[in-house]
Amino acid sequence: MTPEFWVTQTFNGLSYGALLFLLASGLSLIFGVMRVVNLAHGSYFMLGGYVGLSVVWRTGSFVLALVAGALALAVVGIFMERVFLRRLPGQTLGQVLMTIGFALIFQDLALLIWGGDPYSIRPPALLSGVVTAGPGRFPVYRIFIVVVAVVIGAALWLALDRTRVGAMIRAAVDDPEMAQGVGIRVPRVSLGVFALGAALAAFGGVVGAGFLGVYPGLDIEILPYAFVVVIVGGLGSLPGAMVGSLLVGLLDNFGKALFPELSYFTLFAPMALILALKPTGLFGRT
Amino acid sequence: MRLGVPGSRRAIILGVAALAVAAVIAPALPSYPLTLLTQVAIMAVLAMSLDLLLGYTGLASLGHAAYFGTAAYAVGILSTERQAGFVTCLVAGVVLATITAALFGLIAIRATGQYFLMITLALGMVVWGLAFRWVSLTKGDNGIAGVPRPELPLPWSLSAPLPFFYFALVAAALAWAALGTLARSPFGLTLKGIRESETRMRALGYDVWLHKYLAFVIAGGFAGFAGVLWAWYNGFVSPVDVQLVTSVETLLMVALGGPGTLAGPALGAAAIVFLKNFVSVYTKRWLLILGAVYIGVILFAPRGILGALRSPNR
Repeated sequence: MTPEFWVTQTFNGLSYGALLFLLASGLSLIFGVMRVVNLAHGSYFMLGGYVGLSVVWRTGSFVLALVAGALALAVVGIFMERVFLRRLPGQTLGQVLMTIGFALIFQDLALLIWGGDPYSIRPPALLSGVVTAGPGRFPVYRIFIVVVAVVIGAALWLALDRTRVGAMIRAAVDDPEMAQGVGIRVPRVSLGVFALGAALAAFGGVVGAGFLGVYPGLDIEILPYAFVVVIVGGLGSLPGAMVGSLLVGLLDNFGKALFPELSYFTLFAPMALILALKPTGLFGRT
Repeated sequence: MRLGVPGSRRAIILGVAALAVAAVIAPALPSYPLTLLTQVAIMAVLAMSLDLLLGYTGLASLGHAAYFGTAAYAVGILSTERQAGFVTCLVAGVVLATITAALFGLIAIRATGQYFLMITLALGMVVWGLAFRWVSLTKGDNGIAGVPRPELPLPWSLSAPLPFFYFALVAAALAWAALGTLARSPFGLTLKGIRESETRMRALGYDVWLHKYLAFVIAGGFAGFAGVLWAWYNGFVSPVDVQLVTSVETLLMVALGGPGTLAGPALGAAAIVFLKNFVSVYTKRWLLILGAVYIGVILFAPRGILGALRSPNR
């Protein structure tokens, strides 16, 4: 194992973790406010990638693809929350089956619209190329992903911790009834958070289409990663999603590099470890 | 509080009648409906095994295909590469599935509520990942073809559809009887108690963790039994057998049929198998329709088919 190997793989793990953060932070926020485990969350990621792909094909603009992907899936999220999930408060099994139903429908619709071939979005010229520093070679696109995740993470943290809306969200997470009682419109907060979570996942999907590509089955392949991140970090916790993403990104990347045949098995270890130590995750409560 | 005795008697009568009808009409059926009925018998075992968890214990597992698939792979690998026979395949499949469930259960049962759901999904994906990527053992995406059906000391060869149907039917009836006995035993009643109120059962001195864990392991073992049958039936084992959609279909079979009734999930299995094959004649959009069925079940029959039929009594 050369130093190049460690530097390169650590960086790759870091950037994969950054992508996972975009996906998992939304899942965690949605769970925090609504107590819904959204099995369609991987679908938002995949559909975001596909929408971005179509926009890039039409317009050639990567920025427009990011915006369109996020907005399109925010609308889908609003529709799902407003029309369907709101009818099932507190019914875990019902919510699960409902979101699975949507995941299956989205999977088939994506196959119908975009076909079965894998595609990828070619990043703009500004973001292609490689930076060489010391023993490592760092693709600019992966640096971009890390920067984007840090910016979004910081923005989310500031918004949750420092703004009035953030305080309302935190109140709704802590005690929805009490929050409703002091005049916070919890259903509206839920809707906003759901839309934001879907948009973040879709944004991640467009970014991810630049190096993972987008293909049928991506939704189901990425979903367990999001789950493991929030299991490790703790459901409903933003710092948890950050730490969990990094941990899972790094472990998965080294696992894949060292034992390619057992790749998914790398997800097993962090879960087993964290649940042995703290069943509610690193930052989870109850 | 009724612990479901009259309801379960009706379910038993219904189930026995269904088994008898299937056994009587089978020789008159053309081969396609016969293979569908065989599929129903096997999937009914899988659905009933999940019902022990979802219906009786209140644990919604999203990774049940892991145990089904592990057993199917055990049969596939042993019978094609080691020429293993009936007993070896059966024992190896069920034992391996049980061990997998015993290992995963240690992790999953510690978690509660939605964590359990997410963890079982992720664990199921771990097994799928192994099936898909551990190519030297599992042949990856190509799957293992040419899995032979076992030779039994019977006058009929199981390679013909009708004898194999009866074989699967007897296996399903045995699994139903075993799970039904378990569900009515003090152990099963304790599981129901845990489903209703974990804290109360704990206060009464029951070891809640141990009961949930045992239910998880037993359900895994029965799912493995179904997996063994499936490998023999299909003659082919692939990552499809362990994928999330298979786990999810099983969950729908239970939810559709009515959790906690055993016969209900078996009926749900029949409905899904027939619907799937019927739909695939007309369109390739099976997942779209399955998704719509999910949403429809939740909106219109949240307690399942049997639950909906029984609703006036409750």
